Amino acid sequence: VSRRSTRLLVVVGLALAVGLATAVSPFASPSPDGLERVAQDQGFVDRGAPHALQEGSPAPGYAVPGIADERLATGVAGFAGTLGVFALSYGLAVVLRRRRGDAPARGRGAAA
Amino acid sequence: MVEPLLALHIPDGFLSGGVAAGAAVLAVVAVAIGLRVADRTLDEARVPLLGVVAAFVFAGGTSGHFLGAALAAVLLGPWLACLVLAVVVAVQALAFADGGITALGANVLNMGVLGALLAGALLAGAARAFTLRRETFLALVAVVSWLAVMAGAAATSVQLALSDTIALGVSLPAMLGVHALIGVGEAVITVAAVSAVLVSRPDLVAIGDAERWALVPAHPAAEGAPA
Repeated sequence: VSRRSTRLLVVVGLALAVGLATAVSPFASPSPDGLERVAQDQGFVDRGAPHALQEGSPAPGYAVPGIADERLATGVAGFAGTLGVFALSYGLAVVLRRRRGDAPARGRGAAA
Repeated sequence: MVEPLLALHIPDGFLSGGVAAGAAVLAVVAVAIGLRVADRTLDEARVPLLGVVAAFVFAGGTSGHFLGAALAAVLLGPWLACLVLAVVVAVQALAFADGGITALGANVLNMGVLGALLAGALLAGAARAFTLRRETFLALVAVVSWLAVMAGAAATSVQLALSDTIALGVSLPAMLGVHALIGVGEAVITVAAVSAVLVSRPDLVAIGDAERWALVPAHPAAEGAPA
């Protein structure tokens, strides 16, 4: 039961995340808020500049270059980014878990 | 322009070299502890959960202003949360040019480490001190999610002040004011996500005696012993 419901949680959670990033993020408010707004209001926003390493970013500002439709460009970036961080973090966890070897899992997780 | 650059990401140029380096050292220490904790305690059930939490935090970040530090701390524990949040913030900077490269340590600290450790410590402390009912736990989750956002905003202001970018007296009220509202959204999303996990897999809540959250429901008759 535990193994199957973990898989269900993973599938539902990942689907929700991919759906959000793909379909909702293109409609996120484009007006600056948070730090960017404070920086604009207080007149220091111009101090910020992209790092040389970011010249080659695949999708600066969450928009895949070469896609004319801005919403589509953002949706594609959100889709790829979500799967990318999922794979990176999952992969990291698999590596760390393997390094740990076959130590028995903590008892707490087994009850459900 | 649809170009959602997110709530707290500091671009390069806002921080002095010394402040950026100091923040980076703290972030690296937290990530190193996260790796050590993962080495010792990562259980099989949480392996895919690291990926799901990262995906959800990233998606919430691009869609709204979700930081996810408190959520990650609740589901993974504070140190594994630092690890996952560092992955997300690094991808945001490298792949999407959101948040600087020299400021990466500060961003990991402000949007990940501080919130995760604060939320984790407060929740674990409360769980040790009191027998929490499920609603009380969720209310606390709401409070610490809001606090995690405010802590990140305050830390950002302090770093900007130490860098002589803007005086603390100007930036702190502005940053806290803006983020007080963003923190409410954070609390709503975090409580919804934690509730969903409590219903389906209460054992995956990493803080306190997790199975109790589900077994002491609002209506005691509604839920029996686990089948």
